[in-house]
Amino acid sequence: MGTTVTHAPAMEGLSQDSEPRHGPVKPERPAALKRRRRRENLAGYLFMSPWIAGFLLLTAGPMIASLYYAFTDYNLFDAPKWIGLDNFSEMFGDPRWRHSVQVTLWYVAVGTPLKLIAALGVALLLAQSRRGQAFYRAAFYAPSLIGASVSVAIVWKAIFSDDAIVDRTQKLFGIDVGGWTGDPDMIIYSLVALTVWQFGAPMVIFLAGLKQVPRELYEAAEVDGAGKLRRFWNITLPMISPVLFFNVLLETIHSFQIFSSAYIVGGGAGGNACGPADGSMVYTCYLYVQGFENSRMGLASAMAWLLLIAVALVTAVLFWSQKRWVHYEEGAR
Amino acid sequence: MSAQATTDVKSSGSGALRHKLPGSLAWHLGSLLVLAVILYPVVWVVGGSFKKSEDIVGSLDLLPSDPVVANYKSLADGIADISVSTFFYNSLFLAVGSVIGILVSCSLTAYAFSRIRFAGRNLLFTLMIGTLLLPYHVLLIPQYVLFRNMELINTYTPLLLGKYLATEAFFVFLMVQFMRNMPKELDEAARLDGCGHFRIYWSIVLPLSRPALITSAIFTFINSWNDFMGPLIYLNEPDKYTVSLGLKMFVDQEGLANYGGMIAMSLVALLPVLAFFLAFQRYLIDGMATSGLKG
Repeated sequence: MGTTVTHAPAMEGLSQDSEPRHGPVKPERPAALKRRRRRENLAGYLFMSPWIAGFLLLTAGPMIASLYYAFTDYNLFDAPKWIGLDNFSEMFGDPRWRHSVQVTLWYVAVGTPLKLIAALGVALLLAQSRRGQAFYRAAFYAPSLIGASVSVAIVWKAIFSDDAIVDRTQKLFGIDVGGWTGDPDMIIYSLVALTVWQFGAPMVIFLAGLKQVPRELYEAAEVDGAGKLRRFWNITLPMISPVLFFNVLLETIHSFQIFSSAYIVGGGAGGNACGPADGSMVYTCYLYVQGFENSRMGLASAMAWLLLIAVALVTAVLFWSQKRWVHYEEGAR
Repeated sequence: MSAQATTDVKSSGSGALRHKLPGSLAWHLGSLLVLAVILYPVVWVVGGSFKKSEDIVGSLDLLPSDPVVANYKSLADGIADISVSTFFYNSLFLAVGSVIGILVSCSLTAYAFSRIRFAGRNLLFTLMIGTLLLPYHVLLIPQYVLFRNMELINTYTPLLLGKYLATEAFFVFLMVQFMRNMPKELDEAARLDGCGHFRIYWSIVLPLSRPALITSAIFTFINSWNDFMGPLIYLNEPDKYTVSLGLKMFVDQEGLANYGGMIAMSLVALLPVLAFFLAFQRYLIDGMATSGLKG
C-alpha cells in the first residue's frame, strides 16, 4: 500500500481519516453536520443492502442453523431431534471418519508444502527477466484455472492408471506398484500431484512479491561478498515473507477443502464415492457421503463444524506465528 | 511496463553479464522442462481425443498415428439422450448470470466500503473479511436445507442467489482494494457539482474500476463453469445439468463403453475456459498478483 499515497497531497497525507470528520472545506454547523452524517449512513446501508441480505440469509443464518443441526439427528424428512453430543461421539468412534481425517491431514501436510516449494522455485527462476518470461508465466498459470474442472480430474485418472505414462515411467526405474489411481495407498499421491501441478497461482503471487524487492539490497550484499544462498536466506525470504504468509494461509485453507478432484479421480463403477477402499476419502467427501447419500444432515453438520474449527485453529496459529517470521516494511499498512 | 524494462537492464547489467550465455541456456532449459510437465496432460487429452478408445490409456504416443474423429462424432448422439449442447447452454446461462450478479452486487458493496463513511463500516468490513476464510462446507448443509424448504431444489436459484447478494467476498475485497486507491478529490469535485453517491458510483467509480471488474468477471465465469459441487447437490434432472455434471454422468454411464467419447467431451468442456484464458490472461494474472500483495 506504500506506493498508493503518491496522489494524495503531502500536507494531509499524515492522517487520511481526519479529513471528513472535520468537514470538507469550511466547518459545518452541528445541525448540517448531523444531517450529512445521517445521509451518509443511509447511503452506506443502501449500497450495502445486497451484501447484508446475503450475509444474514446465506452466511450467518445458515451457520447458526448448522450449529443447531450438529446437535441433532436430522434426516431432512422428520424434524431435527436434539441428541446432544451423540454426533460427535459417533464421529470419533467411527474408523471411517478417522480414516478421512488421516487422509486429509496427509494430503494437506504433503501437498501444500510441495506446491509452495514448486511455486517459489519456479518464481525464482522466472524472476530473472529474460525473453519469454511473460509466456512462461502465463503458461504455468493455466493449470490453476482448469485444475478444478471435472475434465482435468478425468485426464488425471487416466494418466495415473495402470499402464499409462506414470506407471510405465516408474517401471523404467524398477518400481512396480502399478497405477496410482487404482491403489488405495497411492491414489492420494495422484491428488497431491494434481495440486502441485496447479502451482501457478501462488507462483504469480510470489513473482509479484519478488519484483518489489529493491535491487540495491542484492547489490549491496554482493559487494559484501554474500553468496547466492545467503542472499536468498537473508534478503529474499524476509522481503517476501508477507507474500509467503499469504500463500501459506490460502493454500492450507484450500487444501483442507479438497472435494471435486477426490470425488472424481476416486469415483468408480464399484459404487465407491471416494477411491478404492476409501483411498481418496478426504474429509469433505465423507461429509458429502454422510449428508447427501446417507441423509445424515445432523452428523454432516457436526463434521462441518469440526472442519471449521480445524481451519480456524490453523489460521489462528499462522497469524500468531506471523510476528516471528513475517516482516512487514516500515510504514506499510 | 517501464518498471519491468528498468529491472531488465539492471539485472543484466551486474553479475549476470559475466556468464550470460550458460546462465541463459540453463534458464531456458529449466523453463522448458517445467513447461513440458505443465503441458503434458493438455497435449495428452488433445491427442487422446483423436485416438481409438482402446489406444488411449495404454499407448505412450502423445499423438495418434492415424487420427480418428469418431470420438467427436459420438458426442453428436448426446449423453443419456440429452444433447451435449443442452449442457453447454445450461452452463453458459449460469456463468453469464453469475457474472452479472457479481459485477452488480460486489461493486455496490465495494463502493460502500471504500467511498462512504457510515456507522458500523469497520465492523461489517471485518465480518466480510471473515467470510473470505470461511470454509464453504459449513454452509453446504444448512443452505441446502434452506433452499429445500423454499422448494428451490432442481432450479438454478440456489446457484445464482449468492452471486446477486455479494457473498463472494473475494471479489468484494478485490474491488475495495481497487476503489480505495482512487483519489478522494474525484468524489469531492463531483459532490460540489451536486452529484449524489449513486451518480459518483455510476459515472466515476465504476468506469475507473474497469480492470477490477474485468478480472472479477472472468474469474466468476471460470469458477461457475468449473463448479461441480453446487450443481451436484442442487440439480437432479439431467436436462438441467451443467457441462461438469453432464461429464460426470458420462463417466458413470458410458465411461468404459465409450472411453474416446469421454476424453473428447473432457476436452470440449475445457475449451471455453481455455479460450477465456488465452484472451484475458493479462487481467487474470495481474488480478491474482494484486490480491496477494495487498492482502
